This record gives sequence, structure tokens and C-alpha cells, in this order.
Amino acid sequence: MSVNGLRPIAEFQFADFIHPAFNQIVSEAARMRYRSNNAFGCPVVFRAPYGGSHGTALYHSQSIEAFYAHVPGLKVVAPSTPYDAKGMLLAAVQDPDPVLFLEHKRMYRLVRGEVPGGEYTVPIGPAVVRREGTDLSVFAYGWMLHETLQAAETASKEGINAEVVDLRTLAPLDKDTILKSVAKTNRALIVYEDNRFLGYGAEVAALIAEEAFESLDAPVLRLGGPDVPGVPFAKKLEEWFSISQEKILAAIRKLAAY
Amino acid sequence: MPVDVKLPQLGESTYEGTIGKWLKKPGEKVERFEPLVEIVTDKVNVEMPAPYGGTLTEILVEEGTTISVGTPIARMDTADGAQDAPAAEPRATAAAAPPEPSPPRNGTAAAAVPAIPTPEAKAPAKGDGPRLSPVVRKIAEEHGVPIDEVAALHGAGAGGRVTKEDVLKYLESRTAAPRQPATPAAAPAPGVPPAPAPVVHPGDHVVKHTPLRRAVAQRMAQSKRDIPHAYGVIEVDMTPLVRWRDAHKEEWRAREGVNVTYTAFFVRAAVEALKAYPGVNSTWGDDGIILRKAVNIGIGIALDEGLIVAVIHGADQKNLVGTAAELDRLGRLARDGKLTLDDVQGGTFTITNPGVFGSIWSMPIIVPGQAAILATDAIVKRPVVRDDAIAIRDIMHLGLSFDHRVFDGAVADYFLNRMKAKLEGFAGGDAALTDF
Repeated sequence: MSVNGLRPIAEFQFADFIHPAFNQIVSEAARMRYRSNNAFGCPVVFRAPYGGSHGTALYHSQSIEAFYAHVPGLKVVAPSTPYDAKGMLLAAVQDPDPVLFLEHKRMYRLVRGEVPGGEYTVPIGPAVVRREGTDLSVFAYGWMLHETLQAAETASKEGINAEVVDLRTLAPLDKDTILKSVAKTNRALIVYEDNRFLGYGAEVAALIAEEAFESLDAPVLRLGGPDVPGVPFAKKLEEWFSISQEKILAAIRKLAAY
Repeated sequence: MPVDVKLPQLGESTYEGTIGKWLKKPGEKVERFEPLVEIVTDKVNVEMPAPYGGTLTEILVEEGTTISVGTPIARMDTADGAQDAPAAEPRATAAAAPPEPSPPRNGTAAAAVPAIPTPEAKAPAKGDGPRLSPVVRKIAEEHGVPIDEVAALHGAGAGGRVTKEDVLKYLESRTAAPRQPATPAAAPAPGVPPAPAPVVHPGDHVVKHTPLRRAVAQRMAQSKRDIPHAYGVIEVDMTPLVRWRDAHKEEWRAREGVNVTYTAFFVRAAVEALKAYPGVNSTWGDDGIILRKAVNIGIGIALDEGLIVAVIHGADQKNLVGTAAELDRLGRLARDGKLTLDDVQGGTFTITNPGVFGSIWSMPIIVPGQAAILATDAIVKRPVVRDDAIAIRDIMHLGLSFDHRVFDGAVADYFLNRMKAKLEGFAGGDAALTDF
């Protein structure tokens, strides 16, 4: 459809079930412009509700962003506010190339905000500083942004002034905003819900280590989910898996004290 | 197992020491805490106790050599279990010279000491360079500060790590040329022009800086750089006091065993005026003016190699006899080079007496960490007007240099007038006078 001039929006219910389409998305859609020597694009939007919510367990909780952000030719966005969700969805539709549009399930019910009527876009690419700070930078996206903002608020009462950056677009990554923030605060923490190992935060950490080395006053920290095969169903285990604001606060304290 | 013995930091703002005398020879057995070596610093001489028990295997620094804090001075072979000994940063604990910066006696000012990190002997593991974060290294390089100097700081980070905040604070407190870099190899960073060194012409003679000279230079420069000095001078008629003292000093000496000096009277008068105007007994802090509860009066004592300030702790707790005795004790210790760190630290106000050298009008430099310093000048006979007639009286100038951030000229003049009233109001009396 998209190759023939339409602007289809495919919705996966849920991201956990996107895997059978991995081949079409990665090998076909993402590479279309490249392999056709710029003759065709593939302007399709893949909407995918992702992430763990209460009791959603192995088959309805997965974070898939790292698989797809790895692929050149594909854009991956993960908005965190209603305003951005609409604006970025419209920007994704207008984009000449395929966009994976990730919607964290918890935000459907828990995050509220003003959404203007009519058409507007939020550009794919730029990250945004959601909270100005001086002592350390925390990078997050999607639902993790909200947990992080809460943790930063608590930390501020302890005298730790954390800057919180909403990455919003995971590919292509807004390096400038990240590096500018680290140059200011000299300390960086990346929070993501996916398994820690080779998760999205690893790329952000590597970028900071490579390009902001001389600004660093502490090791770059990642706070990611445990490396277990899935988000557990049992409530206690689910809590153990989830990145809560308490865990983020603990990481903020640890980084600030280094 | 072999361990290095390093020069510990022996006091606040003490960054180097000179090896006085080795009290043990290589091959000798040494008990832990047994005096190992005499260290001469800019302030005091101390015997450094052995940080470990074992055998002294090698002396690395010869007598008479000046080295910075943290430099290995000897090697020891420790007995088994000696690793229970304090790690590699022993702090000398000779009873005669407690090395910790002494908190003011009344314990008032401990919290007020600004938390500027001070260099400390911190031992990196063998073979490692100092462990500093990239941003700390970058800041040090940008400011031309040797890495070892920064590495020697005791930081606020985990395990004493030097953080960016620490190095920035240190840069603020660091003065232009306080001391030798720890390693001669540490070159200033490019882009930082070194201060032009004065040229030595043929026939000139260079007198090498002693630690004392260097410390005086550093502290005086720091004071003039950081503290906006203002001055007040007042004339005091000392005639009654001079007459009494001339008449009674021999009896006094016979009775009390020490001289009754003018300085003792000045200290008593200053204590009264400090109590009346506590702002003078204070210091400028980041968040406010720190009014000192303790009245610890530093007294400048001239030695051949330079000036040293000894401190009368709790000067407000002593009468004239006690003050004179303490002045006598400090003077003797200073001349014998036996002042302990306790004797030279914790001052809240200072009196200097250029009058003994004949100066009639002095403007001294405030000791950093204090708000004012008083100069007592020479007592000189002068014609003055009294009751519309010319009289010959013993006149002296009292000069107060004060930190104009802390208080204004009016307070300085109230303070001086309070001293003047006390000194001029001296009633004399018999020789058995014990207070004033």
C-alpha cells in the first residue's frame, strides 16, 4: 500500500505480537528506499502498544524498541505525553519512511494532558528537557519518563537536582541534546524498562562515553530491567522486575554520591 | 611485607615538611607508634610515630630535605598482621603535637570551618596513577594545577573521591604559588601563562624559602587578595599604666615569676572590647558572619626566620596574671622552636606588636579566617594638650585592620575607643594587682 502512494497505519495489538512481522518490517520496509536506490519509499506507520502494565505478564509486556532501533532505515519513536503522542503520530504519518510508533500501555490510562484539536506535528528527532537540573542527567522515554520525573522530584527534596531528558525519538537519536545535558551536569543515568543487557540505554551510554568523556565526573549508569526471559505474572515478581520510581531514586542517589 | 611510610599532613594548611632527624636506623626494629623521625614544618617540629610495627628497611629521604605531604620517606618491613595498622595515611599522633587541626576549645567553631578540601596523603595503589574522573582532570589541566595536587585532595565523593565540586572549590581556595607541585614533572597546562619570575642578576644572592617564609607569604597574599581591608587608628594616653609598670614590674616579677608586659594589658583590654563588640571576634562565612564564642587571641612573635602567631586560648578566662604567664610560656616555646600545633591554631583575633621595633603607626594584615587584627605601636613621649595646657604624656597608637565585609568603620572605632577607655582608665594601685 505505502509503496503505491498510500499512508497505511498498521496497529499491532500488542508489541509482543510484532515478531512474526520482523522480517517484513526489517528486511522489506526499512530497506525499501536503500535497495531501490531512492526510487521508492515505504511510508508506513507501525503502532505498537508496548511495556509492562499491571499483570500483563510474558505475552503483553514486552519492550521491543532495541530490536528495531538497531535497524537503519526505520524510525522509532516513543512519546510520553498526550500532546506528543498526537503530534508525533501525525509527523509519523507524514514521514516518507517507515516509523515504528511505540505507545506504552500504562500511559493509556495514567497520563493526562491537553491535546489541541486540529492538525499539528511534533517533529521526529528532537529530544526535550522535561526538567532542568544541575547535578546529574537522567535520560528516559515513554512511561519511564513519568517514573523518573517523580523520582527527580523526591531527589530534589534531598538536595539532588536532577535534569530529566525525554528522548521521545529513539532512532534517529538526538545526540546534541544528550551531550549538552551531560556537559552541564557531568553525570548520566539512563532508565529503560527493557532487559538491561544490550537494551536501548546501552547505546545512549556508549554515546556519552565516546563523545562526552571529558565531561564525566562519574561512570555512566544504566538502570534497566533484569535479564530474565519475560516480565513475570506473579505480583511480587512483577514488582521485582519493574523499574519503579524507588529504584530510579536509588540510582539517582548512588550517582549523585559517587 | 614491605610498606612505604609517607609524610603525613601535620596540620591545617601544612603541605610540606622537612626531615629533621631520623630517630631509627635502617635495620632497626620499630614498634608501632614509636617515634620514627623528626619532622620540621612551617609551624612546629614534631616526632612522627611509626605508622606500623616492624623493621625499618630503608630511608628514602635524607635529613634536611623538604618534601610534600604524601611523599614516601621510608620503607618498612611489617610483621605479620601489621596490615591491621592504619592504612597508608598515618597521621602523626605525638602527644606533644596533636596533628589534627585543633577545634577551638569551646567547640563553637567546628561547624563553621568552611568545607574546603585540603590535600591529604592519599595513597593510590602501587603502579596506578591517581584516579580522577575525566572532568576533574580536564578542569585541573585547564587551570594548570598539577594532577598530583588534585589527587591528594580528600574529596566529598564516595570513598573520598575528588569530585568536580571538590576541584572547583579547591581552585577557589588555592592561591597563586602556595607550594611546590608534588612531582616536578607536572608541567603547567598549555595556554596558562606562568607568572613572570623575577630575574636574578649577577651578584644577587637567592635566599631559599623556608617553609615558614613560604607559609607567611601564602597566607598574607591570600588575606590581601580575599579580604577588603579597612583601617582605624586611635591615640591612647598610656601615662598612668607606664608609671605603674615602671614602679612595680620588679615586685611583680618576684611575686609571679614572669614579666608583666604591656602586651598582657593589651590582651585584657582587647578581651573586654571583643566581648562588647562581638562582630570583631568573628569571620566572614559563605552564608553569614560567624561570631566566635571562643576568644582565642593570637600574638605575633618575631623569630629570626620570620613571624609566628601563637594563640592564647580562652583569653577571656584568664586574668592579668594568667595572661602574662601564658604570654611568657608561648614566647619561650616559640624561641625554642617547641610550639605545638595546638599553640598556633584556632585564633579568633590577633594582636601584633610592631611597637617593640619602634613603629609608631602600623597597618597589619588580617590573619585569614579572622575579622580583624590589632597593632600596638611604640609608646612615645609626646607633647599633648590637656586642660588647655601642653603636657608631656606617654602616647601610643592602636591600629585596627578589619574586614570591611564583616563590619564598618564605626564598629572599629567603638572597639578602639573601648580599649582606649580601659587602658587610660587604669587606676594603678599596689603591686599585688592580679587583674586589669
